[in-house]
Amino acid sequence: MAKKLIIEHLNAWFGNVQALKDINLDIEENGVTAVIGPSGCGKTTFVRCLNRIHEVVDNAKVNGSVLLDGENIYSNTMDPVLVRRRIGMVFQKPNPFPSMSIFENVAAGIRLNGSKKKNEIADRVEKSIKMSALWDEVKDKLYKSATALSGGQQQRLCIARTIAIEPEVILMDEPASALDPISTARIEELIQQIKERYTIVIVTHNMQQAARVSDYTGFFLLGELIEFNKTSDIFTNPKDKKTEDYITGRFG
Amino acid sequence: MMGKRIGDRIIKFASLFFASVILVLVAGIVYELIKGSDRSLATFGWGFLITSTWDPVNKVFGALPFIFGTIVSSIIALIIALPLSIGIAIFLSELAPKKVRIYVSLMIEMLAAVPSIIYGLWGLFVMTPFLQTRIEPFLGKHLGFIPLFQGPPLGVGMLAGGLILSIMIIPTIASITRDIFNTIPTLYKEAGFAIGMTRWEVISKIVFPQARSGMIGAVMLGFGRALGETMAITMVIGNAPVISASLFSPAYTLSSVIANEFTEATSKLYISSLIELALLLFIISMLFNAIAKLLIKRGRFTQ
Repeated sequence: MAKKLIIEHLNAWFGNVQALKDINLDIEENGVTAVIGPSGCGKTTFVRCLNRIHEVVDNAKVNGSVLLDGENIYSNTMDPVLVRRRIGMVFQKPNPFPSMSIFENVAAGIRLNGSKKKNEIADRVEKSIKMSALWDEVKDKLYKSATALSGGQQQRLCIARTIAIEPEVILMDEPASALDPISTARIEELIQQIKERYTIVIVTHNMQQAARVSDYTGFFLLGELIEFNKTSDIFTNPKDKKTEDYITGRFG
Repeated sequence: MMGKRIGDRIIKFASLFFASVILVLVAGIVYELIKGSDRSLATFGWGFLITSTWDPVNKVFGALPFIFGTIVSSIIALIIALPLSIGIAIFLSELAPKKVRIYVSLMIEMLAAVPSIIYGLWGLFVMTPFLQTRIEPFLGKHLGFIPLFQGPPLGVGMLAGGLILSIMIIPTIASITRDIFNTIPTLYKEAGFAIGMTRWEVISKIVFPQARSGMIGAVMLGFGRALGETMAITMVIGNAPVISASLFSPAYTLSSVIANEFTEATSKLYISSLIELALLLFIISMLFNAIAKLLIKRGRFTQ
């Protein structure tokens, strides 16, 4: 398989606190890569560096390189806005835009990308919501506020919003951690369905989830990447003692 | 146990008492204003509102020029202050580095604390000469075909009044709007960035719609301050009961005429007419406040 993202010597800071230390890692195209580790290990910061949203925060700094199809997203000629259109993101807390309807939430990103024809937008909204397995639940209330949906529905709407801009990579930052078990199962099912089309990087603190959904797993600890391998190998045959301790539940 | 209950009751009655003081005060003010203006009400009736003569010698009084002056000067102030204030608020909440943010915020809050007489003095000795020699001749020369910019450049007048008011309400609108922008959770802004919005698109499509009702409230607060402002505007508006399409023409506001003429009001009808002007100012302020509340209510997204 081809390498979609190649991360080289990635360091990140908040002010003077270094959150990531020299991360090197390759993300396979059309695979699901899980990022696991205890709270505060830098896994969220890591994915936020992959679509240049880390730098939106005051005092946040990054260096190193992230190659998307061989092109460094941190090079001076790259526009972060365009990077984010190619690398979408789903956040930990469902965050549909509260001032917009369900339809508008999904359409907002499509409009930014330039397509203006009404029926074209409507088609893409419908397609995206269908792909997120939400269509049957919202088709009768597309013009109602998105905040009236349940947490799980809101999160699937956020996935639809991300799919709608047709990114190549989707980053998911603990997408199910705020959801109940049934909604979590639906999100995981959804990941399986859409992974043929996208390259997915998912942060999770739930090791079972990582084992269920991912092909590759990276274990982070205190801002460092301790081990990266096929998910089956990490969970059955970890090479590093710290990885073993973590996945067997000795800490974290 | 017992003591706690007594404490609860004392608190309940005390707070009820304090709350009712507000009601009594407002009712008392309205009552006194109506009672004070009964002579004028009886003499002029509704005609008071549409009469543009103000002639203490012949005892003919009409409020129209003052209503006009008050509302128009406040609207001018708002037109100037609103875009500036929103620009300041965006800069402070979304764009400025932390250090700049702290100092600029401090300056704006200091601006709000400057006594209005100082604005008035500055307006009279610095702003109006500048208007008279530079701005008004320039506007008259290039935009003179519009009635707004016709007439001799006097310096003092409607434009000067509106400008001084706008400077005075900018701190109010800017700091409240900034606070509202700051309450919009980061996770919505980040969602915007994540679908490829630029900073401006995040501000216009995410921040603005969510801040809308609060911004209307901020604007109305500023407008309320402009309507009631007395000292500074009295010094620069020219104090002539004139209704003119030109911004260069002198004008007069409700609050200014009350402040200027109360001491020299000799006849009972004169005093009564001034009190009726106060009643009108009170009603206008209440009216705009009510409109603001209504707009805020309607501006909310159905949740």
